[in-house]
Amino acid sequence: MTFRKQAMIILRRDLRIEGRSGEAMFITVPFGLVALFLIPLALPLNTELLSTIGPGMFWVVTLLFGMFITFRQSAAESSAQKEQLRMLGVDPAARFTGRAAASAMLLLVFELIVAPAMIVLFAPAAVPGWLAVTPLAILAAAGLAVIGTLAADLTASLRTRSALAPLLVAPLSVPLLVPAAQGLESIRTKNGILIPALFMVAVVLAVAVIGVVTAQPLEETT
Amino acid sequence: MPHIEITDASVRIGRVPILSDLTLALRSGDVAWLRGPNGAGKSTLLRMMAGLMRPTDGQVSMFGAAPGPAARKRVGLVAHHPALYEDLTLDENLQLVAELAGVPKTRVDEALEAVGLSGARSRRAGEASEGMRRRADLARLLLVDHDVLLLDEAHSGLDREAGGLVEALVERCIRRQGACVIVSHATDITFASCTIELNEGRLK
Repeated sequence: MTFRKQAMIILRRDLRIEGRSGEAMFITVPFGLVALFLIPLALPLNTELLSTIGPGMFWVVTLLFGMFITFRQSAAESSAQKEQLRMLGVDPAARFTGRAAASAMLLLVFELIVAPAMIVLFAPAAVPGWLAVTPLAILAAAGLAVIGTLAADLTASLRTRSALAPLLVAPLSVPLLVPAAQGLESIRTKNGILIPALFMVAVVLAVAVIGVVTAQPLEETT
Repeated sequence: MPHIEITDASVRIGRVPILSDLTLALRSGDVAWLRGPNGAGKSTLLRMMAGLMRPTDGQVSMFGAAPGPAARKRVGLVAHHPALYEDLTLDENLQLVAELAGVPKTRVDEALEAVGLSGARSRRAGEASEGMRRRADLARLLLVDHDVLLLDEAHSGLDREAGGLVEALVERCIRRQGACVIVSHATDITFASCTIELNEGRLK
């Protein structure tokens, strides 16, 4: 069976499980929206200030969601299930790719729901070229997904994995979210997003390559 | 050539010895009953035979080669806990295995029928009884024609009527010149051709 087909099967499995349990979408999305709604209440009524911090708040909330996805990945798959996949000859790199792709899709849906709320609450008039956010959102989702999947794999053999994996995502995401925030700021100030976007592409590719290359040795150590 | 051969193998986790100096071979037609008290190392031995764990010392060969993905695909393993996804139905769990194993999905219907779960196929694994989950785990082994079956407490949770499923699986494997290892705390496994007895990680 080809790498692509195995990855697709794992992707479908994860999305189907999420569709049934709804843990990520039906629990985290409302909390993400509430968090975005509460932040302006804690600040002085200053539209300039809100439009400045809004994009940053959006990425912080997205990061929290990425950490939750990682938590699910590290806790949801039992060792018996992982061993079953090994016995079936599933390529660890395909398993990594499928899981990361499923996480990226969930993160994209999250961003799709939360981004309009961010625009309405923080900067309804100050995001003229907001469609340019789309590539940044896709890259951030892909980046957080590969970082989260790698963190789950790195901690898979540890007893503390379910606590450690999500916490690892935050520092590992810094090289991704700094250019993402700069990109949104560039949109706000009507500058180009090319450089931050290229930086994000480099981070996504680097982490994806590390994840694919280390998938087999990491699987064999668990 | 034995299907699985273990030579002077030891496993330690940290400084704790789990298995010590084991040498054994599993040949075509063997039905080995693996016995021993709790903590004797039975499950670790099965995982090593399945190629999921490397010995700290010694060697394991599967079908004449070092353990690897190709050899593992020829081995069917039922672990102590069923490897089912709780949010998927019993049918979807088996469909997933069929897809990954590259076998036609029609075999899922046959396997569910064979273990008596046709009527419960739409039930989520998390909502199924322990016996149903165990049956579904056994049905997984019917999807693929394995050369070796490793069954860890496969009788556990099964009622008397379903107890014959394990024997049927073993017979099916032996007919194909396969070999089986059955871990069981039962007082007797009548269809076993030999016994492997472990105590504190050593062969008795």
